[in-house]
Amino acid sequence: MALALAQARDRLNRAPLILLALAALVTAAVLMPPVYLVWRATESSAIWEHLSDESTLRALGRTLLLTASVTATCIALAVPLAWLTGRTDLPLRRFWTVLLALPLAVPSFVGGFVMVSALGPGGLVQDLLAPLGVDRLPSIFGFWGAWITLSVVSYPYIFLQVRASLSRSDPSLEEAARGLGNGSWRTFWRVNLPQMRPPIAAGALLVALYSISEFGAVSMLRYDTLTPLVYLQYTTSFDRAAAAVLGLPLIALAVLILGLEGMTRGRAHYYGGAQPRPARTMELGSWRWPGFAFCALVALLGVGLPVAVILYWLVSGLSAEGTTSFLAAAAVNSTLAAALAALAAAIACLPVAYLSARHAGRLASFFEKASYAGQSIPAITIALALVFFAATYATPLQRTLGLLVFAYTVRFLPEALGAIRGALLQLNPNTEEAARSLGAGPLKTFARITAPQALPGVFAGMLLVFLTAIKELPITILLSPIGFDTLATEIWSATSEAFFTRAALPSLTLLLISAFAVLIMLRRERLT
Amino acid sequence: MRRTSLLASALALMPLAAVLLTACGGGDDRLTIYAGRSKNLVQPLLEQFSEDTGISIRVLYGDSTDLALGILEEGQNSPADVYYGQDVGALGALKAAGRLSELPSALLAKVDPAFRSPDGLWVGISGRQRVIVYNTDAVDPAELPSSILDYTAPAWEGRFGIVPRSDGFPEFVTALRLLKGEEFARRWLEDLDANDPTAYANNIAAIQAVANGEVDVAFLNHYYLFRFLEERGEDFKARNYYFAAGDVGGLFLVASASILDSARQREDAERFIEYLLSAEAQQYFTDETHEYPLVPGIAADPGLQPLSQIDPPQIDLSDLTDLRGSLDLMRQTGILP
Repeated sequence: MALALAQARDRLNRAPLILLALAALVTAAVLMPPVYLVWRATESSAIWEHLSDESTLRALGRTLLLTASVTATCIALAVPLAWLTGRTDLPLRRFWTVLLALPLAVPSFVGGFVMVSALGPGGLVQDLLAPLGVDRLPSIFGFWGAWITLSVVSYPYIFLQVRASLSRSDPSLEEAARGLGNGSWRTFWRVNLPQMRPPIAAGALLVALYSISEFGAVSMLRYDTLTPLVYLQYTTSFDRAAAAVLGLPLIALAVLILGLEGMTRGRAHYYGGAQPRPARTMELGSWRWPGFAFCALVALLGVGLPVAVILYWLVSGLSAEGTTSFLAAAAVNSTLAAALAALAAAIACLPVAYLSARHAGRLASFFEKASYAGQSIPAITIALALVFFAATYATPLQRTLGLLVFAYTVRFLPEALGAIRGALLQLNPNTEEAARSLGAGPLKTFARITAPQALPGVFAGMLLVFLTAIKELPITILLSPIGFDTLATEIWSATSEAFFTRAALPSLTLLLISAFAVLIMLRRERLT
Repeated sequence: MRRTSLLASALALMPLAAVLLTACGGGDDRLTIYAGRSKNLVQPLLEQFSEDTGISIRVLYGDSTDLALGILEEGQNSPADVYYGQDVGALGALKAAGRLSELPSALLAKVDPAFRSPDGLWVGISGRQRVIVYNTDAVDPAELPSSILDYTAPAWEGRFGIVPRSDGFPEFVTALRLLKGEEFARRWLEDLDANDPTAYANNIAAIQAVANGEVDVAFLNHYYLFRFLEERGEDFKARNYYFAAGDVGGLFLVASASILDSARQREDAERFIEYLLSAEAQQYFTDETHEYPLVPGIAADPGLQPLSQIDPPQIDLSDLTDLRGSLDLMRQTGILP
C-alpha cells in the first residue's frame, strides 16, 4: 500500500505534457497585450525622456501610494466582512453577502461620478447636512477621494474569495485548537487567519493590480496616477508609442507586486482532512450589533450611495422619454457576454491553476504569474492590442462576440485564476493520490475528486469575472460586434452627454443582474 | 455524478464558443459608421437616414478619440466606412496616418470654407462655440470679462474651471499660440496656472461643478448647458456667457464627417454625408442638439447667439489638428500633469 501511494505521488508530481501545453497556450494568449505594449513602446524615439520626466515620476509615486493604501484598506474591510457573513450568527447574512459583493459591478466611471455627486461640493450629503449648519465638506478630490472610491469598489475582490474559502475550509483544525484550550480570538489568529491567507493574498493581488490600472474613478476624482497619463497620451496626442512607454512602469509594478505576493505565500498548504464538514457558527454575542453596523456602513457606501444617486437621476430628470427602448436587448447582451467570459475564464485558467497548485515549479510559477499580466495594463491598451491582433492576423474574428469574450477572458483571467488556485490549494492531495492508487486515471480523478471539491472556488472566480466583465467599457466599445449594445455602453453613452434619466434604468438593471448572479453563486455554495 | 456532468457540459460549451467566433463575423455590405457622438443625440437622425434612403447601416457608438485609435490599429482592415466625430485632434491623427480620403467637391461646397478641411478630407456637420458657463447665484453676468484673456486676473483666483484634456481646451491653446504667439500663450497659461484653476475630467463634471457652486465659472462648449436645462429644468443654476466678437476665447469648433481610405461602401458613405448636410438633418441639429447648423439657410436655435453675430477668431480649423505642441506647452506650464 505504501509503495503504491509513493508511486502514485511520483506520477502526480511530474506534470503531464498536455497540461503544460495547455497552460502555455493560455499564457501566450494572456501575454498578447503586454507584448504589444512593449513592441509599441520601442517605436518611441524618446523612451528614456518619457520615463524620466518629472511628471511621470510624480505619477509613479502617486500610483504606489494609492495602490498600497487601497490594498491595505481592502484587506481591513474584506476579512471581517467575510467572517461576519460567512461564519457568525450575524442577522441577515445572505442579504449582506449579496449587497457587499455588488460594488464590484458598479462601473468605475459611475463610481467616480457617484462619489462626486454624493460627497462633492454641493452634493447629496452636503444637502443633507446643510440644515445642521455644515456648509463645506472636506474636499474629496485628490488622494482621499481616489483612495475611498477605489477601496469601496474593489474590496469585494478579497471579500468574495475569502467568503468562498471559509465555506470549504475544514473545521477540524479549528476544533483541535479550541480543544487545546484556545479562545475564539486566539483560534481566529492562529488557525482561521492563516487558513485565509491564500484567498486574502489572491484577492489583494487583484486589488493592487486593479488600482494601478484604474482610470474612470481616479480621473473623476482628479488624482493623476500613471494610467490617466497613458490615457492622456492616447486621447490628446494620439501618440500610441508614448502611451505604451508610460505603460511600461505599470508592467514593472505588476512584476513587483507579484513578487511581493509570492513572498507572502510561503510554502505552506492549508488543508485538513478529506471530508470537509460545515464549520461551527460563531456566536457574536454583544458584537452582534457592532458587526451589523459595520456591514451596513460598508454596504451604504458601496451600494447605497450609487443607488441613491441613480434614483435621484430617475426622480429629478425631466427628459424621460426613450428610456426603456432597447434596454432588454442590452441586458441580454451584457449578461450573455459576461457569462460566456466567466465560463471561458474558468476553463482557460484551469490548466494554469492546476499546474501551479499541484506541480509547483519554475515553469508553473512563470505561467501563473504571467497570467496576471492582463490585470495591470490599462483596459484601453488591452482593447487596442486585441483590435490590432485581430485586424492583422485574424480578420474573420474582427467584431465578433467570440473576440469580445476572448478579450474579456484575457483581461479577467487573473480573477478566476486566484480563486481556483486557492480552492485547489485548500484541497488535500491525499484524496487525489488515493483515487489514483485505486486505479482512476488522471482525468477521472480530476472529474470525480478534484473538480467537485474545488467548485466553490471555481464559482467565486466565475462570479468575479462576471461582475467585472458586465461593467467593462473600453474593451466593450472597441471589440464588440457593431450594434451590440450593452448596459455599460448605454450608461456611458447617456452619462457622457448628461442624459442622466436615461442612464438610471440601465444602471439599476446592471446592479439587479449582478445581485442575481451573486445569489446564484450563494445557492451553489450551499449545495456543495 | 451531477458534478461530472456539469464539468462535461462546461467542456461541451467550448465548441459552442468556437461557433460563436465565426458565426457573427465575416463580410458585411452594410454602410459602417463609427460615430464618436452620443447615441442619445444622433441615433434618431441616423435611423432616419436609413429609412429615407433604404441604405442599411450599422453604427459603432463610442468616444471620438477611442474610435479613431481603433481605426489606426485596424489599419486597412477597418470595417469603418465613415468616421463621424467631434475631436479635432483625432482628425489630425487620422490624416497624418493617411487614413482619410478626399470628399467630392459638391459635398464640401455645401458649407463655408471655414468649416471644412482645405484638402477636402473632412467636412463640418454642426458647430459649437466656446463659452463661459457661470453660476447664476455667484456671478452677475454684467461683470464677466468679455475676453478669455482676462480670466487670469487675481479676482478669478480659485474660481475658474477648465477641462484641459478634451473637447476644445487644447484646440483653444493652439488658437492662442497662432493668434498671439508662442511666448504670449506660455505666459497666459502660466498666469492661469498661478490662479489655481480647477481641472475637471469632462464637460459634464465641470458644468455640474459650476451649478453646485464649486467654481463660479468654467470654460466650455456652449451646448452642454442645454442638455442640463432639459434634464434639470430652468432653475439649474448655470448659464452661458458669450465672449466679445472676435475674442480668441469664442473659438468655433465643428463635429465633422469623413470617409476612410479603406472604405468599401464609398457611394453610400457619400450619400450619408450628403444627408447630414441636408436641410432636414441640419434642422435636427438646431432642434435637438442645440448646435449650430453649418449649411446656409438653416436658422440656429433662437436661444443661441446667431451665427452671423458670432464672428469667431479667424483660425483655420485644419491648423488646429496637430495638438502636440499645445499639449507640451500645457504640460510645461503645469496645466496638465
